[in-house]
Amino acid sequence: MSAAAAHDHGHHHKESFITKYIFSQDHKMIGKQFLVTAIIMAVVAVLLSVLFRIQLGWPGESNSALSFFLGDTWAPDGVLDRGMYLGLVTIHGTIMVFFVLTGGLSGTFSNLLIPLQLGARDMASGLLNMISYWLFFLSSVLMLYSLFVETGPAGGGWTIYPPLSIYEEATPSSGQGMTLWLLSMTIFVASSLLGSLNYIVTVLNLRTKGMKMTRMPLTIWAFFITAVIGVLSFPVLVSAVVLMLMDRTMGTSFYVNDAIQGGEILEQSGGSPILFEHLFWFLGHPEVYIVLLPALGLTSEIVSTNSRKPIFGYKAMILSILAIAFLSFIVWGHHMFITGMNPFLGGVFVFTTLLIAIPSAVKVFNYITTLWKGNIKYTPAMLFSVGLVSSFITGGITGIILADSALDIAVHDTYFVVAHFHVVMGLSAIFGMFAGVYHWFPKMYGKMMNSKLGMVHFWLTLISAYGVFFPMHFVGIGGAPRRYYDYSVYESFDTNQLEMFIDLNEIISIFAIVGALAQAIFIFNFFYSIRRGQKAVQNPWKGNTLEWTTPVEHIHGNWPGEIPTVHRWPYDYSKPGKEEDYCPQNVPLEEGEEEDH
Amino acid sequence: MAGAASKEIDSATLWGGGYTSPFSVSYGKLMMWFFLVSDGLTFGGLLSALGFAKFANVNDATSHWPTGEEVFTHLPGTHAHAPLIYVALMTFILIISSVTMVLAVEAGHRMDKKAVIKWMAWTVVGGLIFLGSQVWEWSTFIAGYDGDISTWADNGTLSHSPYGGQWVMGVDAHGHEVKQMVTYGPTLYANFFFFITGFHGFHVFTGVLFNFLVLRNVIRGVYHKRGHYEMVEKVGLYWHFVDLVWVFVFTFFYLV
Repeated sequence: MSAAAAHDHGHHHKESFITKYIFSQDHKMIGKQFLVTAIIMAVVAVLLSVLFRIQLGWPGESNSALSFFLGDTWAPDGVLDRGMYLGLVTIHGTIMVFFVLTGGLSGTFSNLLIPLQLGARDMASGLLNMISYWLFFLSSVLMLYSLFVETGPAGGGWTIYPPLSIYEEATPSSGQGMTLWLLSMTIFVASSLLGSLNYIVTVLNLRTKGMKMTRMPLTIWAFFITAVIGVLSFPVLVSAVVLMLMDRTMGTSFYVNDAIQGGEILEQSGGSPILFEHLFWFLGHPEVYIVLLPALGLTSEIVSTNSRKPIFGYKAMILSILAIAFLSFIVWGHHMFITGMNPFLGGVFVFTTLLIAIPSAVKVFNYITTLWKGNIKYTPAMLFSVGLVSSFITGGITGIILADSALDIAVHDTYFVVAHFHVVMGLSAIFGMFAGVYHWFPKMYGKMMNSKLGMVHFWLTLISAYGVFFPMHFVGIGGAPRRYYDYSVYESFDTNQLEMFIDLNEIISIFAIVGALAQAIFIFNFFYSIRRGQKAVQNPWKGNTLEWTTPVEHIHGNWPGEIPTVHRWPYDYSKPGKEEDYCPQNVPLEEGEEEDH
Repeated sequence: MAGAASKEIDSATLWGGGYTSPFSVSYGKLMMWFFLVSDGLTFGGLLSALGFAKFANVNDATSHWPTGEEVFTHLPGTHAHAPLIYVALMTFILIISSVTMVLAVEAGHRMDKKAVIKWMAWTVVGGLIFLGSQVWEWSTFIAGYDGDISTWADNGTLSHSPYGGQWVMGVDAHGHEVKQMVTYGPTLYANFFFFITGFHGFHVFTGVLFNFLVLRNVIRGVYHKRGHYEMVEKVGLYWHFVDLVWVFVFTFFYLV
């Protein structure tokens, strides 16, 4: 019996604090739990990035912020320890990619919106949903805990390439911190798997009457396909991570070949680090779209609602999501052009990678044509959505450069790559997440967020984000490899180059600090509005989707009486012949009215 | 049942919402299917890794990548040279346990509690025999070529076995000179063998556990009261999956 059916009778149990707020099985509460956890993780990750940006902007200078946060152990005399620098970079990347933009983004909005927008009483399995959150929580705790172990957190970069991540003795940060990283990720994958399975079956089995697949909001399409990608790609990461755990703890040699350490030949031999890269990037590239698609889905909804126009090319949007999902599985080699890959194979990966530009461009053009001549409402959510479209274009263009193996070889593993993926997946996805929070905050907490503060937050974030990542492209083209602690100690950079790195890095670091501080506005706005925000009305943005037909106060089962029946697609904005400029999905077609799309 | 039902309903209705499942299955079964796809990719990753390692090493003159019939030659209780016989037996038993699982599911459809108990019990027995065989196989390989515990012997000279492994001459507890295996084939071969069959064995173990728990519920009449034996079908799906994966492991490890 499904959870939805179980709630049909509208039983209202008296709930204790624990079942309501902690071990909740209600999808709305679980969504909020994911969001708050993700915010906490994001604060940590941003703080870490500020700490290593201080070192990059003012290399070797003593800084009281460093000694305050890292103490004498990791920042003796206020100068960042070299090993800890790598640890900070690694954990920043890991938290942002997995905990904020995968667990946080999908966890929050898939949980909140899938049942609400489909007209379901809850997720298919509330129990698995709860377990999914608590596994996420556990893996978050493990990841944070790894920052505090004696040898420091994992320091091999978020891609944990062997052999650095295998040999405990290689660097201090290959020690216990690395093992914790692997454990944390394994638990994270379990959480993500349970979540994704739930999203998929809920979308397939629990749509309300009339909610055909082609009447689903694009948000749901994006979450659905994201979940499918997750189910197909994360298990391969599990194989990769478990094999690595074996190499680290059992003395196997899947990923390592003959190596000499401290004059001694190590026992392990015969394996290949390239094998790890293949397994990792088979997840790693789909992961980019696991991060990006939900943000694009949220944006589709927000852009259409706030332009008061139907989304342009609804079916093209769905097809492009499907195309991106398919292509994401056959492009992983573009991360590995310099591994000695057969140039012919490299050519194939160039081709498939460039193909992704087509569905991506379809989406971008559809956003722009939706905005075109729209009656645009400049809410913070709308600004962030348009910001997403902007960064998606910027990052997409550098993506075309990196997709081409001949060009990629020149800038591989430089700051050009760092800038590219921060813009195209970091900024885009985080903008989408911000947009989602501003837009659906009334649904989550029954209050409005302050929109003036939201605007200030947006402009400061946008300007500092471009201030960080735009110069970074030049640092990269100038030849600065990523993950270097201090460029001045290498003789291979001439004076001009070094001056450029140092000057630009200082500017980047200043913008990074400003951008980080700007997030305080959001945090304040978020928590203040939960308590003191203006009370929300049922449908504050005059949206068409079903979540705005539920009462402001959350109830178990979402709708007090019958579940609404769906009669139309979700984008009937400014439909000719209607009095209002919107027409919710549960409003029956009038006589003679034709369904759009 | 599901198949017959879906034929009668047109696809517009099936996909049209209103809590009809597009595949005419409950959410639980659908979840199991997607889980199996996911788990299949985990094994896919592992077997691809095996292929990767094999092709990197197979033409290497110094570390010959063994074939199945060179390594898996033992039959318990005999000294016969019987390549692949034992593993064929194991595979046969596992496949038979899939057949008994099908019979249990079929009996569930008929609400025949007694038959479900009988066939579930046989499935559990089949799984246990397979696991036991794997324990024997593992311990034999860990013990080495001539049945001795393999250890690093500091004073021995390393020799290469015809299968690419290395062995030294050592002395056993009774003072007899014996060959002591140090490695079997290239280390990587043994790594993959123990990891992949171990990972599969872990799946078999959980499968046996689930089957046992469900069997207990069947005996208690839980599903009979519920009016359907869908739980048996769900663990059945998992069990068939575990068997199917073994067919691939068998093919890639023992046959090719």
